Amino acid sequence: MSRPPSCILSSILWVKQLAIRLGCKRPQPSRWLSRLRERRQSNRYANFKLTKWLVSGPPLLFLLLLVAAPGAITVLASFRYPGEFGGLAPLVAADPQTLQGVTLETYRFFFGDFIYAEVFVKSLFMALVTTLICLLMAYPLALLIAHSPKKSRNPMVLLVVLPFTSNFLIGIYAWMIILGPQSALSQMLNGMLHLFGIAPVQLLFSPFAVLVALVYAHLPFMALPLYTNLEKHDPALLDAAQDLGANAWQRFWRVTFPLSQPGIFAGSALVFIPVLGMFAIPELLGGTGDMLVGNLIKEQFLGTRDWPFGSTLSILLTVAVLLIVWLAARLAGRGGRYA
Amino acid sequence: MLKQIAIRLGCQKTITKSLVMRSAEHRLAGHRLTERRGPWLWAAGLAAYAFLYLPLTIVVAYSFNDSRLNAEWVGFTWHWYRVLFDDEDMLIAAGNSLLIAAVASLAATVLGTMAGIAMHRYKLKVLTFMVLIPVAMPEILLGVSLLLFFIQVLNLTLGLLSIVLAHITFSIGFVAMIVQARLAAMDESLFEAARDLGASPWQTFRHVTFPLILPAVIAGGLMAFTLSIDDFVITFFTAGVGVQTLPLRIYSMIKIAVTPEVNAVSTLLMLLTLTTIILASRFAPDVLKGKT
Repeated sequence: MSRPPSCILSSILWVKQLAIRLGCKRPQPSRWLSRLRERRQSNRYANFKLTKWLVSGPPLLFLLLLVAAPGAITVLASFRYPGEFGGLAPLVAADPQTLQGVTLETYRFFFGDFIYAEVFVKSLFMALVTTLICLLMAYPLALLIAHSPKKSRNPMVLLVVLPFTSNFLIGIYAWMIILGPQSALSQMLNGMLHLFGIAPVQLLFSPFAVLVALVYAHLPFMALPLYTNLEKHDPALLDAAQDLGANAWQRFWRVTFPLSQPGIFAGSALVFIPVLGMFAIPELLGGTGDMLVGNLIKEQFLGTRDWPFGSTLSILLTVAVLLIVWLAARLAGRGGRYA
Repeated sequence: MLKQIAIRLGCQKTITKSLVMRSAEHRLAGHRLTERRGPWLWAAGLAAYAFLYLPLTIVVAYSFNDSRLNAEWVGFTWHWYRVLFDDEDMLIAAGNSLLIAAVASLAATVLGTMAGIAMHRYKLKVLTFMVLIPVAMPEILLGVSLLLFFIQVLNLTLGLLSIVLAHITFSIGFVAMIVQARLAAMDESLFEAARDLGASPWQTFRHVTFPLILPAVIAGGLMAFTLSIDDFVITFFTAGVGVQTLPLRIYSMIKIAVTPEVNAVSTLLMLLTLTTIILASRFAPDVLKGKT
């Protein structure tokens, strides 16, 4: 049986101490014991620190390298000039004629031209409308699940989530079929419009199609936090309200709704934020005028290859997202006082 | 429940009354709660369910439709699946997707499990923050920053490697959160008992912690697999020109025209992710809620 060296050392120490003790007039066992304990503890502490860094080091390092560093690069890139053939211009170029160094040009460009700010405002508006529609659709759904018998709640939640385990491009494609000019829906609608003498409308490639798909893609992000909140409500509160003479609407508006505010804000943030960065839905279902921030960013990186400006747009989007998160957290905190 | 109450009625006199009362109250409350589902609530809820399922049903149904147009039902056929399996590009894309998902989910499971344990045990704020950022931010931001980083700093040629690295990055968070949730739900005294019985930290991990979190680890891995198979946005920015994955292929196909071949590949892809997710929820029932 092999022993770790510290054990051997301590046993030697112990024997030595024993000899001293035997020779000594006044035994002092506390001193060596405490010293030994101290060493053991410092050993254990070193081990604890070692395991701590062994466990958290690799993932932390990986994420620092692939999340923090790219983020920092994006910030830096937004202060650079675009390269001649895409990418970034060199910081220090041999030829003094070419663009080089650091600049605020991209930010000046953004705030100097109204078009880009307009796209931001339009995206925020689109995200707001999507969030509101999601809320209107998800609330009854979440309430229905929360008021169902305990046994059927989990399957009902599963039914909400399952469509979203599939690729969101499939959802987009499905709406292309449903809203397409040959679809039953389009034919019916245009047939009715024809009866009233109104020119046929195109459903696909319109803001309407974008909105429908945005709502479709983000509905569970609203429904799930709402459900988690509604499920926790004490049913006795509704009973009490009813006993005190509140009708169904009053029970909802004065009891359930105020209590569910944290869920509403959590869900809204979960819908609002991803919608801001969406580019595939406007591109595939929208017309030429339905560009959102996501499309603008994508265009800068893969189309015109103006990376500094694309980075600037990304930074501004990040700022917008952080502002919204902060706002949602504050509102949720304020709403939380009811709970 | 009733049997239990009866037993308690016989054994413990003091708490019997309150227990029976409480149980009756609970049942009454539950009963009244289900009665609160009025017709309007039913209608609105079912409409929402219909809104969720109608599009996918149409995609699946038309994949068996014997018509070039996704407009009306003509007849049953396997034709579009045959077209699919004759499509060389599609098969290559599917192979790429599976390879990327396998490698990325494996790496993300290892790193994510470590991150989950570290988040639970050492409460490292930096790590929690770094893990949550890719999950909380719009995907496009991670996509473009990785594109910049790969090209500008690493001077990497975009391809399989860059996609795998990107996929690991966004999957770690999901695995870590599932593992952390599992650890948080466990009794801390189990580990203390192991330590008191003289187990070293490694032995505690090997014989106590790991077997207990294994279901969560497997669920996290399966989750990472579906996330990787399904990812479009981040792959779009990190794939470069040479490599195609299944979602990229679907995107370029529906950008050009609507063809029932897309229905067929969508149906198969749905089937794959659905199986994986249901498998994952067998291991950790809360995994689906964890997705948000």
